[in-house]
Amino acid sequence: MTATLKQLSRLLRDKEISSVQLTRKYIEVIENRDPQINSYVTRCFDEALLAAERADKMIARGEAAPLTGIPFALKDNICTDGIETTCCSKILSGFKPYYDATAYKKLKDICAPLLGKTNMDEFAMGSTSETSCFGAPKNPRDLNRVTGGSSGGSAAAVAAGLAPFALGSDTGGSVRQPAAFCGVVGFKPTYGAVSRYGLIAYGSSLDQIGAIALSVEDAAIVFNAVKGEDERDMTSRKCPDIGELTGDIKGMKVGVVSEFFEGLSPEIKGAVERALKGLESCGATICEYSAPSLKSALPVYYIIACAEASSNLGRYDGIRYGFRAQNYSSVDDMIIKTRTQGFGKEVQKRIMLGTYVLSGGYLDAYYKKACLLRESIKEDFNELFERCDILVAPTAPNTAFPLGYTQNNAVEMYLSDMCTVPVNIAGLPAVSLPCGSDKSGLPIGVQIIGSPFNDSTTLNAAHALELCGVSKCKPEKGGVEL
Amino acid sequence: MKYELVSGLETHVELATATKIFCSCTTAFGGAPNTHCCPVCTGQPGALPVLNKRVVEFAIRAGLALHCKINTVTHLDRKNYCYPDLPKAYQISQFDKPLCEHGYVELESGKKIGITRIHIEEDAGKLVHDRGFTFVDYNRGGVPLIEIVSEPDISSPEEAREYVEKLQLIMRYLAVSDCKMQEGSMRCDVNISLRPEGADYLGARTEIKNMNSMSFIEKAMEYEYSRQAEILSSGGKVEQATMRYDEHTGETYVMRTKEDAQDYRYFPEPDLPTIIIPEEEVQKAQASLPELPLEKLKRYRDMLQLSDHTARQLYKYKAVCDFFESCINSGASARNSANLITGAIYSRFATEEQKEKFSLPFDAAQFAELVKLLDSGKINPTLAQMTLSKMLTNGGKVSDYISTEDVKGVDEGELEKLCREAIAANPQAVADFKAGKEKAISALYGYIKRATQGKADIRAADAIIKRLL
Repeated sequence: MTATLKQLSRLLRDKEISSVQLTRKYIEVIENRDPQINSYVTRCFDEALLAAERADKMIARGEAAPLTGIPFALKDNICTDGIETTCCSKILSGFKPYYDATAYKKLKDICAPLLGKTNMDEFAMGSTSETSCFGAPKNPRDLNRVTGGSSGGSAAAVAAGLAPFALGSDTGGSVRQPAAFCGVVGFKPTYGAVSRYGLIAYGSSLDQIGAIALSVEDAAIVFNAVKGEDERDMTSRKCPDIGELTGDIKGMKVGVVSEFFEGLSPEIKGAVERALKGLESCGATICEYSAPSLKSALPVYYIIACAEASSNLGRYDGIRYGFRAQNYSSVDDMIIKTRTQGFGKEVQKRIMLGTYVLSGGYLDAYYKKACLLRESIKEDFNELFERCDILVAPTAPNTAFPLGYTQNNAVEMYLSDMCTVPVNIAGLPAVSLPCGSDKSGLPIGVQIIGSPFNDSTTLNAAHALELCGVSKCKPEKGGVEL
Repeated sequence: MKYELVSGLETHVELATATKIFCSCTTAFGGAPNTHCCPVCTGQPGALPVLNKRVVEFAIRAGLALHCKINTVTHLDRKNYCYPDLPKAYQISQFDKPLCEHGYVELESGKKIGITRIHIEEDAGKLVHDRGFTFVDYNRGGVPLIEIVSEPDISSPEEAREYVEKLQLIMRYLAVSDCKMQEGSMRCDVNISLRPEGADYLGARTEIKNMNSMSFIEKAMEYEYSRQAEILSSGGKVEQATMRYDEHTGETYVMRTKEDAQDYRYFPEPDLPTIIIPEEEVQKAQASLPELPLEKLKRYRDMLQLSDHTARQLYKYKAVCDFFESCINSGASARNSANLITGAIYSRFATEEQKEKFSLPFDAAQFAELVKLLDSGKINPTLAQMTLSKMLTNGGKVSDYISTEDVKGVDEGELEKLCREAIAANPQAVADFKAGKEKAISALYGYIKRATQGKADIRAADAIIKRLL
């Protein structure tokens, strides 16, 4: 069976296994299994083994942190000093940062071995990971299905047992939705709780690094290890430690917002309702609400995310790093050719959309209006959290799409973010965890949403669902077994 | 028809903070290319800006000195444009809520040039074209700037020059910038339009970019005035355009017209939180403002009774003022201090820059000692000049050059004896003096000076001679 992070940590401390042995096991299964799944785009096994050696020494000295010696995977948009970081885009091919993202640095410092960088939608733009220049990762639960996205590689690696945990990033659901599709736990913390320094920006006011793991407790352990105010990120804030999760939610008020449930398939609706019953059985009370502003969340998200992206991605001009087109006649020509050849279609589409909504004459009608609506969504959430402690919603209105399906159904793909994007717009913490499966056996995710910096309450409610048996996740066979 | 010139300036001033606006790289000028750089100021993927608090402090000081209102709740914006010297493809600047607004600069005539706004922003890098290649140096990228935008209140090239000079001096007094135009730490964009004299509307304007010298500003304005006047008087229309001034030909050229004006797609910088400045901080900054140039000039003239010329010679250089004031604070007279500074000391400095730096091989206290000897008549101006000259060359203290013997001068009895000798030796001068020619007496002074190698107190000698005669 696959052990949880807590158990792995104990095994390492008790020297029942060394970090080098553990890391080797993961390397072996990645080599065997990942060619089918395509969750890793860069592997750094040599570095991982060196880190594992250091971890074993650290453990021997009695200086181990909870994640010391436990290998992990990192989404390819999180910068790693000396290790290729490409956002799965041709335009960043060959790019090796000379600095570490803060969240990664925190894991590096406690000698958690990095196995490799995981597959994702190009620049995190997508909900299936199919826009990756390395080809789509496949869902370990059904290899004909997508992993979800954009942190599809991270979710797939954890679901396939190719990493005990992974970091992803979540701009509009990119940690939670692939976690739901792959049947694992995905936690997007409060905006600002984890430093964004070194996370290659997509939508800066929405992006947040999150954890993907096999249990809520594991996600909490990872979060504790990477969170914290960072002097390199002025939008980062202190966030209290997540203590021991008890799952005690007696008297907790759980809100259900009708807008999250519109047009759901009976299967998904049923699964989420079972989760609500589970929470009730743990002593929580369920209250129903309506928040009409949520209906504008999707357009607000696409306008703000694309506007910020169009600016954030302006720097990829072929001058300083990454890909540069050949055969150009001038600097302008070089920049145009580099961007035309270096960015994929979805990225180009979003850059153009973002450029448009910020242009003179359109700014007020789109970007500024979206900002106003964003405020009203935030206000609605504030009001909701005056009346209840957490909200429960489906993570996605559908289960994993067949590979290739969204190519001709782009709107359906955009719509699949409708339950996750409001959380980013308001900067809230939310966790997705499995709550059953559909008739084809594909996992369904339920989402617990909390108020800002109440990450602890959010995770505790999710843990209650695990304790009462509603939520379980197990990696696929073929992964690491201990 | 006669046209009047309407002009407003946009002045970029590099702030003299030790580190850049969004990272901890040095702002030092020069350095091998791309050595004052880091992931933040070269726009590496994933790097984030961290606002340097000193930049806000400096800009507030500048704003207060220019009588601006400070917006205590403000934010930064992204100004998007693509150019290789701008590594993020956007400049972090301020758009709709500048840090400072609604101020003015007072000219000597009493006319006030309105300041529309002052905002903070980052500088770009530099392109170097060489051997058919273009190289980029990001050392200057991220150096903090303030952009000071004036109202179109300037009506002549001379006013423009005075406005820029006043700004420069104020910034130097505040120590927020060295404002070296030749190094690019101060540069101006000049907006110019013409209208029939007395008209109350504004004509179409052109903007001359990136002027880095006062005299070019004047020349470019003169040229642009006649160019526009010619167009208008022949019935044509001035086209709104961005221009470049060619220093060699003395002419202006169109860089781009309104049609290809850039759309900067400004929006609030999501990586930086709202800036909230406590009211007390503004008050503290206001209270800590130094005496400003025009006030100082007035005080030197009115309170210290310096001539307008001398006062101006001093107030133009902040370091000189500091030296001068420290000297009179230790008891030296303003007049003698000022005269020695603008005379013997200035004669050693060939350039404006040297006067600005005012680096001397002795300190103000030593200089004050010398001036006080002169003030009390213990040494005469000639000896003071000679001593100062030696100190300027070799450094050291006053006592290294003037002995107690020198300071004692010539005693009363000795002096009277010399005076009698002087009278005896210059019968003609004595006769002339007695006949009413006051100046004739200088021949007697000369005799005494020669006899004592300049040590005698001439004022005392004067009294004795007059008594004897």
